[in-house]
Amino acid sequence: MPTIEAARAGTQCIADPATMRREHPAMLEHQRDETVRGGIRGNKASLKACIACHASPATGSVAKSESNFCVSCHSYAAVRIDCFGCHATRPPATAMSKQP
Amino acid sequence: MSDAERGAERRDNQPDSASRRGFLGVAAVAMGGTLLAGGVRLIEVQAATPAAAGANPKVRWGLLIDTDKCASGCTDCVTACNTENGLATPQRATDAQWIRKIEIKEIKTERSASLPVMCQHCAEPPCVDVCPTGASFKRADGIVLVDRHTCIGCRYCVMACPYQARSFVHEPLTEQKPEVPRGKGCVESCTLCVHRIDQGQQNTACAEACTKAGHNAISFGNLNDPNSEISRRARAAATTQLRADLRLDLGVRYQGL
Repeated sequence: MPTIEAARAGTQCIADPATMRREHPAMLEHQRDETVRGGIRGNKASLKACIACHASPATGSVAKSESNFCVSCHSYAAVRIDCFGCHATRPPATAMSKQP
Repeated sequence: MSDAERGAERRDNQPDSASRRGFLGVAAVAMGGTLLAGGVRLIEVQAATPAAAGANPKVRWGLLIDTDKCASGCTDCVTACNTENGLATPQRATDAQWIRKIEIKEIKTERSASLPVMCQHCAEPPCVDVCPTGASFKRADGIVLVDRHTCIGCRYCVMACPYQARSFVHEPLTEQKPEVPRGKGCVESCTLCVHRIDQGQQNTACAEACTKAGHNAISFGNLNDPNSEISRRARAAATTQLRADLRLDLGVRYQGL
């Protein structure tokens, strides 16, 4: 089983781990259409919010090294994601301390 | 006209005949009605603008560029755009460019003008017409965007755009800005700083930089709001759309061309 890095201390995910593991692709896909096409920002599910809590303290990223949050599980499951071809893998410089 | 002024006008007209007084009264009431209706509409537009609600169909975002104020050789808007959106300074002709400065000259009179050209945010965008996947789209508030999730990089839109406003990303990118995702294999263009607009910040990076440089050549605003600065400027002076013959109803207007 992959070793999954813990989220930043003191943060609370939007749903329990079982739901997140199963549903996060659908949540993000739904959110991305609302955000890009509808201009609705600040939805409950958001890739930026995922990254804000799950970026590795060591690399500052969710996808830079094999042990980082997104990559650890996706490489284990052999699922290639292309989110990070375009999306930043690290939180904005100012958002490390606060929830976006 | 304020209430005090209206009162003063009625007092001034006291010696007039009764019928004239009656007419003035009706006129004053009618004017009050229009003012009230105008006020109500203004509030509606403003109330519907804030961020969380998403793109507001009552709004039409646009730019007005005063070419008389645009300084030849100044590229502050281009630099600001690159910094805001995480674009590298173009090295090669194929590098992405969302805004560019051009110099034009009337051959007969030798009058020259300097102006920035970016996506004109057409109301009838040819890029949207030709996109085979529906990735090119126009938001409810008039901003023309590329949904990179559906863009297949066919570049049909690049060919369809009369303003050469679109760029294709040829090389893998790293260190994108979190608010401006962009990557290899997709077409992109000026977003009118949509990430700023959605956060309620009503100015684009280019307009901000132009004001900061003291030129004030670019104003950003809501073309549908008669009280916005951009509408006032467009009402006061003659403005043109580039290639107006194409009848694309552009969101970017130029003054002094």
